[in-house]
Amino acid sequence: MDGFFDTGLGIFVIILAQCLLVTVLILVSLAFLMYADRKIWAAVQIRRGPNVVGPWGLMQSFADFLKYIVKEVVVPSGADKFVFFMAPMISFITSLIVWAVVPFGDGWVISDLNVGILFIFAISSLEVYGVIMGGWASNSKYPFLGSLRSAAQMISYEVSIGLIIVGVLISTGSLNLSQIVRAQDGDFGFFSWYWLPHLPMVFLFFISALAETNRPPFDLPEAESELVAGYQVEYSSTPFLLFMIGELMAVVFMCALMSILFFGGWLSPIPGLPDGLFWMVLKMGFFFFIFSMVKAIVPRYRYDQLMRIGWKFFLPFSLAWVVIVGLMAHYGWFWGAYQRWAIGG
Amino acid sequence: MDDLLREYLPILIFLGLAVALGLVLLLSAVIVAISNPDPEKVSAYECGFNAFDDARMKFDVRFYLVSILFIIFDLEVAFLFPWAVSFQNLGDLGFWSMMVFLAVLTIGFAYEWKKGALEWE
Repeated sequence: MDGFFDTGLGIFVIILAQCLLVTVLILVSLAFLMYADRKIWAAVQIRRGPNVVGPWGLMQSFADFLKYIVKEVVVPSGADKFVFFMAPMISFITSLIVWAVVPFGDGWVISDLNVGILFIFAISSLEVYGVIMGGWASNSKYPFLGSLRSAAQMISYEVSIGLIIVGVLISTGSLNLSQIVRAQDGDFGFFSWYWLPHLPMVFLFFISALAETNRPPFDLPEAESELVAGYQVEYSSTPFLLFMIGELMAVVFMCALMSILFFGGWLSPIPGLPDGLFWMVLKMGFFFFIFSMVKAIVPRYRYDQLMRIGWKFFLPFSLAWVVIVGLMAHYGWFWGAYQRWAIGG
Repeated sequence: MDDLLREYLPILIFLGLAVALGLVLLLSAVIVAISNPDPEKVSAYECGFNAFDDARMKFDVRFYLVSILFIIFDLEVAFLFPWAVSFQNLGDLGFWSMMVFLAVLTIGFAYEWKKGALEWE
């Protein structure tokens, strides 16, 4: 039977609807995550946080959104106009389209790419262009210095993130994100996930994710006391909003990646309970909570300390871990915990 | 529809959607908000001073160094990906040749550490 949804146009409409659904859900939840972030931060400092707009201040982010749109777009006189507006666009687009390969549930993914990890790697490498273009185009000193620092920081930690992911890939034998989650399905629920065999890498990945997304305690590019607001100094109105959405979306994406790589994505922690979207959202929410708590609790690093732990601790350690996982998987030590393809993952 | 198209068409559509959404957000402020620039407002921000000179100045060579090191190690990660994916089908030869490659890289890493390329003081 040839229905409308089997024709080329029909398929196009379905895909577009899926993309729209994911985008809208992400953006709306981003608004509430922004609010949650501020509330958690406030609670740690024994303040109330946003509490005026809507019940308990729930509508705060939407009010902010409107405020951004009606504000004047100030373009500095020395700025390269085209690059100046391209930068937030790149930041926004790259952090949005990586969601195309994230499986929210079994088969609940826009494109089940068989090179999903490679795609994520390629796209998130482009994120650095948004930062460096924004800083360069502003033609102002603080943004320029901020973007240099930010770029150096992001690329330094990208290397260790890559090496950490290689360990997971060795265990799984696939670049497909759904496949990585399925490989973690075992009889022991919570304890069959990758966090147990790859335990040290969970912490390394989390800290690298903080640095990669310029979150505190690694928010050097926008260290207010030194660089005012880093590469965003000259931005106002919606260009600034795009930067902010891009940044926050990258943070939430790191939460998703963390859940998928080490904490079994949509799988249920207790054997017997149904798997599904619910668990994925719960895990992402949990990691976002930790991200917020780190922001509220940990003091900022100095730049040389940041580069030192990136290159002198994270990189050698994650490189050594690749070798260790390789040996374990090759010789099948530890009851094959490192070769999930072999024990029927 | 063939597999290639099924996998990459959604990404293309998603990309189109992202670009459209970004443009809408960008243009909405340009259209809705008032624009009232004056020379002071559009001058580069420098803590209340007039900017001393052009901001596109010389900067520290260590940033170049970091990006060069990044290229080396990112390429290495790119080499590791196909190896890790086909790990289960590799014999001893495949496994140990990658170990040799990693050893060579580690020697290089130790050298640049010794040379002080990783210092930020």
